[in-house]
Amino acid sequence: MSNDTQIPEIGAIGLIRYFWRQLTSMRTALVLLLLLALAAIPGSLIPQNAQNPMAVSDYFEKHKTLAIWFERLSLFDVYSSPWFSAIYILLFISLIGCVLPRSFEHLQASRALPPKTPKNLARMEHFQSWPATGNELEIAKNWFKANRFRVLEGEESVSAEKGYLRETGNLLFHISLILILIGVLIGGLFGVRGSAILSQGERFVNNATSYDTISFGQITSENSLPPFTIKVDNFVAKYNTLTSAPEDYTLYVTTVAEPGAAPKEQVVKVNSPLTFGSTRVYLQANGYSPIVTVRDKVGNVTFQGPVPFLPQDANLRSIGSIKVPDGDPQLGFVSSFVPTYARGSDKSSISVFPELLDPKLLFSIWQGDLGLDSGVPQSVYRIDTSKMKQITLDSLRPGEFLKFSEGSITFEDVVPWVNLQIVSDPGKSYSLVGGIFAILGLLASLFTKRRRIWIRVAEGEVQVAGLAKNGAPGLEIEISEFVTKLRGK
Amino acid sequence: MSAQDWAYLSNYAIYSAMALFTLAFFAHAFETAWAVRTPIAADETKGNLVTKTFDSFRTQKAMRIATAMMILGFIFLLVGVVTRGLSASRVPWGNMYEFSITGALAFTGAYLAALRKYDLRWLGVIVSISALLTLGTAITLLYVPSAPLVPALKSTWLVIHVSTAIISGGVFLLANVISAAYLYLDNMEKKGPRKVWAQRFPTLEVLDQLSYRLVAFVFPLWTFSVIAGAIWAESAWGRYWGWDPKETWAFITWVAYAAYLHARVTVGWRGRRAAWLCLLAGSTFLFNYVYVNVWGTGKHTYSGL
Repeated sequence: MSNDTQIPEIGAIGLIRYFWRQLTSMRTALVLLLLLALAAIPGSLIPQNAQNPMAVSDYFEKHKTLAIWFERLSLFDVYSSPWFSAIYILLFISLIGCVLPRSFEHLQASRALPPKTPKNLARMEHFQSWPATGNELEIAKNWFKANRFRVLEGEESVSAEKGYLRETGNLLFHISLILILIGVLIGGLFGVRGSAILSQGERFVNNATSYDTISFGQITSENSLPPFTIKVDNFVAKYNTLTSAPEDYTLYVTTVAEPGAAPKEQVVKVNSPLTFGSTRVYLQANGYSPIVTVRDKVGNVTFQGPVPFLPQDANLRSIGSIKVPDGDPQLGFVSSFVPTYARGSDKSSISVFPELLDPKLLFSIWQGDLGLDSGVPQSVYRIDTSKMKQITLDSLRPGEFLKFSEGSITFEDVVPWVNLQIVSDPGKSYSLVGGIFAILGLLASLFTKRRRIWIRVAEGEVQVAGLAKNGAPGLEIEISEFVTKLRGK
Repeated sequence: MSAQDWAYLSNYAIYSAMALFTLAFFAHAFETAWAVRTPIAADETKGNLVTKTFDSFRTQKAMRIATAMMILGFIFLLVGVVTRGLSASRVPWGNMYEFSITGALAFTGAYLAALRKYDLRWLGVIVSISALLTLGTAITLLYVPSAPLVPALKSTWLVIHVSTAIISGGVFLLANVISAAYLYLDNMEKKGPRKVWAQRFPTLEVLDQLSYRLVAFVFPLWTFSVIAGAIWAESAWGRYWGWDPKETWAFITWVAYAAYLHARVTVGWRGRRAAWLCLLAGSTFLFNYVYVNVWGTGKHTYSGL
């Protein structure tokens, strides 16, 4: 081997062309497709910020060093990570690069006529011959026409082709996938998604400050929120008396579509959201909000209102915190609430049914610094008692009140709360249309067979043969039908 | 009849179906084993070569009995699934016990439907034992009393999404069994001629084609099932796609089968490579069913476990 092997000079454009050809090749697309499946796996095994941020912070506490590495590799945000995005962007470029040229080719091919009848039919598959009686070519042409074949007529032969729908369906399927991705992109750019917890009797006004959490698409502004209001009139939950499993949730609301519009009474269920234009409101979760009034030593009200508690089990034992930052000193009630009170085997308070049969509010009272001004974000359901001192602990039923050294607390009543998810996704109809066309394209491409049939009548002999692309079965039967017609049997 | 009566009837029907599948399994095993004929004169010790032959004529009766048992088992299973639904006045797809019995129904149904067109009775031994194991696991480990649906499942989409997912699963698994049979027989043929009992199995080429056609047939249905799920998720959860573990694995299964179809149609994969890819794709479906239902988190936690 000599060292001075000539490497052909391809230049920059040649290089780009080379990579483009590699990227749009079937093999690369296949590898990318499998890579995408592989890359999606970690997101289903490792907790994700987008789906379950609580589980992610738990993970950080349990596996500190591993979590840091996971974080660096975007393993807590797999589906928005650079490497996941890189794979699907490459895949879609590859897809576009493959589908567009093929579409043009197919467009031209669909106007073209089938190729000429081969010279030696005897060498083709499904070959048959028999003595001619005269009008076979006429019968053949009519049969081809009736069965919607494309036909090229020769002097003593006819060449017919059918099944272009296969490629049409194939291309439609791939173009539809691109449309789905466009829908996802539009949703990501122009969508809004947020949630708000509302206790029964409260009113939601659709502006950014009313939300507990809200995220805007990359080019959406706060002004795009439609100005509707929703008042939570009543929430009814029905549970199975044996298993405590929920059987029905119904939310009754009064809505005003825009300022000045007539109020409308509406019903929301888990599978039937409210709709305001392109924005929809979903019933997501629910729980109980005890209504409490806290007074200071003099009797002035320092806190009043419903406080949403977070359910912990199927019988809705819930935890929560009542924070009174305006008193002196600040007060905190580390609380739990049970809708149907019972004493557990370890003497703790448990709930035995999710409905309000024997509601009880249990709490310990703390005084000191709630730590609300420290700037560290706090859970609304928990209190950081590190700078506080416990005064007492007790429990109340609705209507009861308790006096303690720094004032009093009254457990007025308890009402349900609901978590509403408010979503605007202008891209979803594109994705839906894409999905429907993808299935249609798939059906057409998988169940259409492209095939050719030839007939030649020469020297007193009829010759018939056929060819199926990809060796698709069924041509034999079609040809035998064709022959039966020709022979008049 | 009261809800409880229907539930009892359903359990009896499931137990009966299990008994019938057991009989079918033994009948299939019997006819596979006894169709192998050993000549009486043969004697290995004297150096006479034992030439076994395959003669399924001898065991035709056992074969017919086996198929009859499969059909009866299918009917009892159908009764079990339908009465389970009647006991709760809803479609019987509310928890993993119900998914499993319906899945076994779809699997045996796919086998019996394919039987009308192809002679697949050699598969009966595998199909009957798989159905039996699925039902056994369902009734011992997964059983939950019949109860109404949780609010999130109360939707017409339950019928559409879950039924298509179960049918797709049944057919995917059948294709998997056939691919596994392909690989097993291919290994056997590499070492020499097929063993006598394996002579009745179709040629490798037929197996290869069959598993491909099953997948190609059911892939659009699976696509539809995923899209129907997305439409339902939009109306129940406020987003049509959220990378929930179940959704992620449904997507992985979809991608894996899409790769399989491309590999066959466009790149021209056949035989061993295609069979392995088919098995890989099928195992992602099984993983989704077992792991995500039982240990997984996310929004698809309806297993009732």
